[in-house]
Amino acid sequence: METLITIKDLNVAYQEKPALWHVNMSIPANSRTAIVGPNGAGKSTLIKSIMTLIKPISGKIDIDGKDVRHALKRIAYVPQKGEVNWDFPATVLDVVLMGRYVHKGWFKRPNRQDSEIALDALKTMKMEAFRNRQISELSGGQRQRVFLARAIAQNAEIYIMDEPLQGIDITTEKLIIDVMKALQQEGKTFVVVHHQLDTVEDYFDHAVILNKTVIAQGPVEAIWNESNIEKAYYEMSGHHD
Amino acid sequence: MMIEVLFVLIVTAMAASLLGVFLVLRGMAMVTDAISHTILLGIVLAFFVTNDIRSPWLIIAASLVGLATVYIIELVSKTELIRQDAAIGFVFTALFAIAVILVSKFAGNVHLDMDVVLMGEVIFAPFNRIDILGVSIPNALWQLSIILLINIAFVTLFYKELKVTSFDPKFAYIAGFSVALIHYGLMTLVSVTAVAAFDAVGSILVINFFVAPALTAYLLVRRLGAMIGLAIAFAVLNSVAGYFISFHFDLSVAGTTAFVALITFMIVFLFNSKGFIIRRIQKQHQKKTFSRAMIMMLMNEASHESLSQKEIMSHFNLSEAQFNRHISYLIANEYMEKDEEKYRLTRRGEEFTHYTRLKYELPA
Repeated sequence: METLITIKDLNVAYQEKPALWHVNMSIPANSRTAIVGPNGAGKSTLIKSIMTLIKPISGKIDIDGKDVRHALKRIAYVPQKGEVNWDFPATVLDVVLMGRYVHKGWFKRPNRQDSEIALDALKTMKMEAFRNRQISELSGGQRQRVFLARAIAQNAEIYIMDEPLQGIDITTEKLIIDVMKALQQEGKTFVVVHHQLDTVEDYFDHAVILNKTVIAQGPVEAIWNESNIEKAYYEMSGHHD
Repeated sequence: MMIEVLFVLIVTAMAASLLGVFLVLRGMAMVTDAISHTILLGIVLAFFVTNDIRSPWLIIAASLVGLATVYIIELVSKTELIRQDAAIGFVFTALFAIAVILVSKFAGNVHLDMDVVLMGEVIFAPFNRIDILGVSIPNALWQLSIILLINIAFVTLFYKELKVTSFDPKFAYIAGFSVALIHYGLMTLVSVTAVAAFDAVGSILVINFFVAPALTAYLLVRRLGAMIGLAIAFAVLNSVAGYFISFHFDLSVAGTTAFVALITFMIVFLFNSKGFIIRRIQKQHQKKTFSRAMIMMLMNEASHESLSQKEIMSHFNLSEAQFNRHISYLIANEYMEKDEEKYRLTRRGEEFTHYTRLKYELPA
């Protein structure tokens, strides 16, 4: 598969200790890539670095061979649910419409066509009945659906998602995976921080096993084995229990 | 002429509350409080240079100090050595203290009265006048009207940007909007508005004009546009009520208006449909409904079809008074019947338990 995102020698540190150390990796175009690793492995740091939300000590991140800073608009970010204020005075449709802002630039307001695109995205996530609901009234799974609907309305090529399956109901989990697979058919690429080890093989076709540095990367069927998982979860962290 | 005082008050309240909506949503109320105090340092410094209390340099210098305040607070709290609230606390008092020292040492005999600085005195506003197109109006009214127009223009032009950067700044950044530009743009206008509002309402109360109407509106709305409209409506309402009450009882106009703002907030807080009192009443009501439903569901189970008063009371840990209240309701509504000191469900009661299970999504 063709490489979409290339990361060369990425080093990130918050305080004295490095969060990411000498990370070299590539994410294939049109893949469903899982970023897997134990707590504190730097998974969120990695995706935030890709989106240039964090300034690394060193390293180079390219999308299609171009510096990522010139390609940010090609990315749709699906944050963790806890990252925004859900008491914000907005309806479900308001939030999904924000996905259209990317195409509007400064000053211009979303128009009727944008509303239709946003509504279609809500339909995809089976949330159209909730479009006028205040966002504070939504459940955890519904909030995650709204975020994904916003990303769909954005119509980006690359979806970067931070633990989208954390704390949601089974129905929503299944829906998110189905939508992910359907969008892959349309040529989209997914980079997903994932925390359940038992579903990696069902949900993803490519994986990066991370613990500060890359333990293994490649097609799931090639690298998803006991020895790699053990290396990431037990040896590197120094726990031999 | 006194009606001009009301106009000054209303324009101040509208200009401040319009920005206040975004300050509340961004959790920046206390940063605003800091700005409204530290701008005094800018005013004092510019006053020493120009020796003119009406010089536009005062506004420019005060705005710069306001921005510096925000920047220093962010710098200090970014080190993660101390929390943001602590950073606000010491940064603003330090800058404010410098201003107080300068005023007390060097400006003792000029018109820079500490009382006016702290509390404001809007009733003096009409004495300082300016001619605009041949019409004489209070200088404060002229200044604040311009600032109100600038604030309206800012919010109208950058509505979408203000919304997305307030709700989800990381998403806004990736979508190509400069979060810092909006942030510092907003903070510049907050500083300018606070300076202009200085004579009218003083540095202590101006925070109330920024956030009180926005907070009151926040309790009532579902959408941002409605919050802005309602915040401005509350700002006008508070000003009008504060003005007439203060004149009737001979009180400080700004102080009374700020107090009225507290009253309107409390009324909304207590009595709105999701508010404190209504929620209490709903909870009481819900408790009663749940207790009755639980009694009926128990009696719908096998081997519990017929129960005595004592059995029901001990099962749900009810007092005699509670038991009597529930049972008389259930019998009066024909959910239950009494038969030789034993209670059992009627047909209607059985149907009720069936629908309750569906309604509460409980397993049958």
